[in-house]
Amino acid sequence: MKTDLAIIGGGPAGMAAAVAAYGQGTKNIVIIERDKELGGILNQCIHHGFGLHTFKEELTGPEYALRYIAMVEERKIPCLLLSMVVKIDSGEEPGGTHRLSVMQDEKGLFEIEAKAVILAMGCRERPRGALNIPGYRPAGIYNAGQAQYFVNIEGFMPGKNVVVLGSGDIGLIMARRMKLQGADVKMVAEIMPYSGGLTRNIVQCLEDFDIPLKMSHTIIDIDGNDRLKGVTIAAVDENLKPLPETAEYISCDTLLLSCGLIPENELSIAANTDIDDVTGGPVVNDRFETTVRGIFACGNVLHVHDLVDNVSREAAAAGKAAADYIIADISDWGEAKRPKIPPKTRYTPKADRNFDNQLVCIGCPASCLVTVTKQGDGSLTVTGNKCPVGDEYTRKELTAPTRYIASLIRVNGGKNNVVSVKTAADIPKEKIFDCMAEIRKTTVTAPVKAGDVLIKNVAGTGVDIIATCNNYD
Amino acid sequence: MHDVIIIGGGVIGCCIARELAKKQLKTAVLEKKSDIGEGASKANSGIVHAGFDATAGTLKARFNLSGSEMMPGLSEELDFDYRNNGAMVLCFNEEDKGKLEELLERGLKNGVTGLEILSQDAVREKEPAINENVKYALYAPTGAIVCPFNLTVAMAENAAANGVEFFREKEVIKIEKNNTCYLILTGDGDSFETKVIVNAAGVFADDIHLMASAIPLTVTPRKGEYLLFDKTVGEMVRHTLFQMPTAYGKGVLITPTVHDNLLMGPTAEDIDDKAGINTTADGLDIVLKKAGDSIKEIPRREIITSFAGLRANSGQGDFVIAEASDSPGFIDVAGIDSPGLSSAPAIGIYVAELVENILPSADNPEFVSKRTGIKSRAGEVICRCETITRAEIIEAIRRTNNLFKNPGTVSLDSVKRRVRPGMGRCQAGFCAPRVIELIAAELKIDKTAVTKAGPGSNVLEGFL
Ligand SMILES: Cc1cc2nc3c(=O)[nH]c(=O)nc-3n(C[C@H](O)[C@H](O)[C@H](O)COP(=O)(O)OP(=O)(O)OC[C@H]3O[C@@H](n4cnc5c(N)ncnc54)[C@H](O)[C@@H]3O)c2cc1C
Ligand SMILES: Cc1cc2nc3c(=O)[nH]c(=O)nc-3n(C[C@H](O)[C@H](O)[C@H](O)COP(=O)(O)OP(=O)(O)OC[C@H]3O[C@@H](n4cnc5c(N)ncnc54)[C@H](O)[C@@H]3O)c2cc1C
Repeated sequence: MKTDLAIIGGGPAGMAAAVAAYGQGTKNIVIIERDKELGGILNQCIHHGFGLHTFKEELTGPEYALRYIAMVEERKIPCLLLSMVVKIDSGEEPGGTHRLSVMQDEKGLFEIEAKAVILAMGCRERPRGALNIPGYRPAGIYNAGQAQYFVNIEGFMPGKNVVVLGSGDIGLIMARRMKLQGADVKMVAEIMPYSGGLTRNIVQCLEDFDIPLKMSHTIIDIDGNDRLKGVTIAAVDENLKPLPETAEYISCDTLLLSCGLIPENELSIAANTDIDDVTGGPVVNDRFETTVRGIFACGNVLHVHDLVDNVSREAAAAGKAAADYIIADISDWGEAKRPKIPPKTRYTPKADRNFDNQLVCIGCPASCLVTVTKQGDGSLTVTGNKCPVGDEYTRKELTAPTRYIASLIRVNGGKNNVVSVKTAADIPKEKIFDCMAEIRKTTVTAPVKAGDVLIKNVAGTGVDIIATCNNYD
Repeated sequence: MHDVIIIGGGVIGCCIARELAKKQLKTAVLEKKSDIGEGASKANSGIVHAGFDATAGTLKARFNLSGSEMMPGLSEELDFDYRNNGAMVLCFNEEDKGKLEELLERGLKNGVTGLEILSQDAVREKEPAINENVKYALYAPTGAIVCPFNLTVAMAENAAANGVEFFREKEVIKIEKNNTCYLILTGDGDSFETKVIVNAAGVFADDIHLMASAIPLTVTPRKGEYLLFDKTVGEMVRHTLFQMPTAYGKGVLITPTVHDNLLMGPTAEDIDDKAGINTTADGLDIVLKKAGDSIKEIPRREIITSFAGLRANSGQGDFVIAEASDSPGFIDVAGIDSPGLSSAPAIGIYVAELVENILPSADNPEFVSKRTGIKSRAGEVICRCETITRAEIIEAIRRTNNLFKNPGTVSLDSVKRRVRPGMGRCQAGFCAPRVIELIAAELKIDKTAVTKAGPGSNVLEGFL
């Protein structure tokens, strides 16, 4: 099989790159995706927080993915699903074609020859072994993203009493998710004195549910021969060495690890691209071209992104550059340019916040620390927010706080047993568990389409529960 | 009524089973776990020792040498991974050169061929990653590495194909002696009658022994902890690099595995708990520290997992393989610590001879010596780190399940040991949900019934 542009990975990066390359004039494209559907990691991120920049509204992961899937389908860009690229051979001659070895059921092992390639394979989680936590190796230890797959894609709970190690975003999101689903989430332990997750996620996933976040703590032992029985946590000193005298045993049947993501670059390395030690992704120039001519990279394979909107933007630039390369045969590589990694707002622990007049705005990822002052006439002034959302959020939070929730509803007769759902609008914060109770006892029958109303006026809030993905054959 | 019952489905029990399959005997293996190879046979260095280490005249010396000589042929016949990569014992002090020469002498006495002492330069030429302070090395070209999981599985599958019955989740809890036979009781309330018992229960062999004999025997678990590294650094060393032996065993070794990972360990610590296969912070530190003597730089960032195994130490300095003098027909195969894996095929033959002395029998005319492993095949990839396809995983599930006469579960670990999904750098992060799905579909069970390593280790708690 021959093509102009082969895109490896059909997540948000691969899809945005395909759409952009198409727009730039390269019509002969193929997306190769391992999974049975497009969307990548977004399909399991059923929570809100995607698309504020790209679509100017806050979507869930599956909804964001569906928008791009629609764009790919509109352009009739071919996709090979359940197909995995296992090797890239770019030959000796720079600028020659690239031969991709692909494996799938129907054709077995076969080759695709492409003028240009975009690497969009995403990333994987750092496993327990890499963290070197001693102890037993029972069932009940999951990477947070793996647990997210079990819960959000398959509808299975891995356990009931949960400890989370690492305060990465996936761990935070999963702490809330398990809590909503009825688990007892005992704590999140973070070895560093600061969190790797977005402040917004600490506030809305942990503080909202009174889940303790133990900074400068780690797990020093794991107990249980068959299934996890408990973990021992301890504080660490400034060199991250555990202090045995602070050891504390916590009973739990589930340990989620959220200790960092690693760009999935085995293919890139095999294709001979240089790898940047800092980002863990390939070295690229300002056109996202790697050090192997005609191979481009974008998304989490290049460096780990917090926000999908940034992935889409970067991938569009890479797609456009790949099309330019194919059409105009640009030959000057220029110089290496490390992609800009946006800085994170540091989380201010609750203890360091002035409770009388400070709060964290969770209206957008910027997570501003907002200060409220009461004027003589009783009105409030809000300062510290970088955008109007902060003002609006703060006033609401002080009078009648609200939240969005996202979860799953059981489905009979569909291609999956569950469908992801969300509240169509924000609901009063104190109604979260009432809504969850109603969601958890509901079962619907397939077909279900994204946007379908599955529960009307949930828990008397006046808000509907709608599907955020499709479930039909 | 069985002729022979083997208690314990480790590499030893399985090698004995295969040898007995060559005879017209009704043989069965009782294993307490949900699969064979769940004990020491799954957590060791995977080294086929050249045989210079054991004291001349011991069973260890004898079986190690002949086991290691049999291994290449067996790997062809039974289709498991084996590589003759050669081994070296590194010596760090000028003063220790004498000990290295002693080791060479002992090797020659044991019949090991090709041994040679190399100078620093010669060592460096063969192993560029070696540390500056390595002064000499004993080079053993016959040293090799093997896949311990599939060695065990291959033996068992071939034994089963030739009529040996395997039972899982059968924990022997009591042995009663009658006039003509033994009655073995298992924890699930089942019982087995047999003329001969082979006790191959690893670290539990003393407990089994005392069920049938009044003669004291103790087996002490000696823990060994390991670190396993990603394939990206699997070529850092080519040979198995030992350090000069100390009072506590072989020191820490660094070796490639047959699957091209890098392995470092083991420690050696006597413990009380026969289930104590946990790793410890101290143990892993010792591995890193000692391994740092052998090579210049430890690629710490490439560690993908750690694990521990328990050696069955008899305290007698040798394997204990004999019929109990107060219990005719009860054969102990106890204290099988290192080099037990290397010796296993030879132990199998020897124990079959002991059985023949007790219960003479004709040869099995239908014995088929060949077994083929699971071939890799192109198709939908389930494990991306190791590129394992659905068809391979399904075959592993079926083979595991079909090995046993009685119903039971097939665990994620069973599949992992046979075809490696989850052995790679993501450690099952991606493939576990898919493998669970395939196990549930094959065995027609609910996903929540799928376990990591047998009963009690369920992976999923329930549906929403
Ligand atoms: C748990 C989690 C929560 C997040 N929360 C938010 C949030 O609230 N808001 C937000 O904006 N962003 C969030 N993000 C970030 C954002 O979703 C990711 O950065 C983005 O999805 C990365 O896109 P990608 O296409 O690079 O990678 P992926 O989505 O991982 O896609 C890569 C695709 O490539 C495929 N693939 C890999 N290797 C091969 C191969 N060899 N052959 C064929 N196919 C292959 C994979 O199957 C996968 O589908 C979150 C991310 C995670 C993981
Ligand atoms: C750390 C370490 C490193 C090693 N490295 C090497 C090496 O590099 N090279 C080498 O040659 N050797 C090595 N060895 C030694 C080798 O691994 C062992 O000698 C070998 O695996 C022992 O096999 P086994 O079948 O006797 O024991 P096991 O594999 O432990 O099998 C015993 C079986 O008996 C079962 N059992 C126990 N009690 C009962 C019961 N009551 N009822 C039913 N079943 C029961 C257990 O479940 C188990 O499956 C090493 C060992 C260790 C621990």
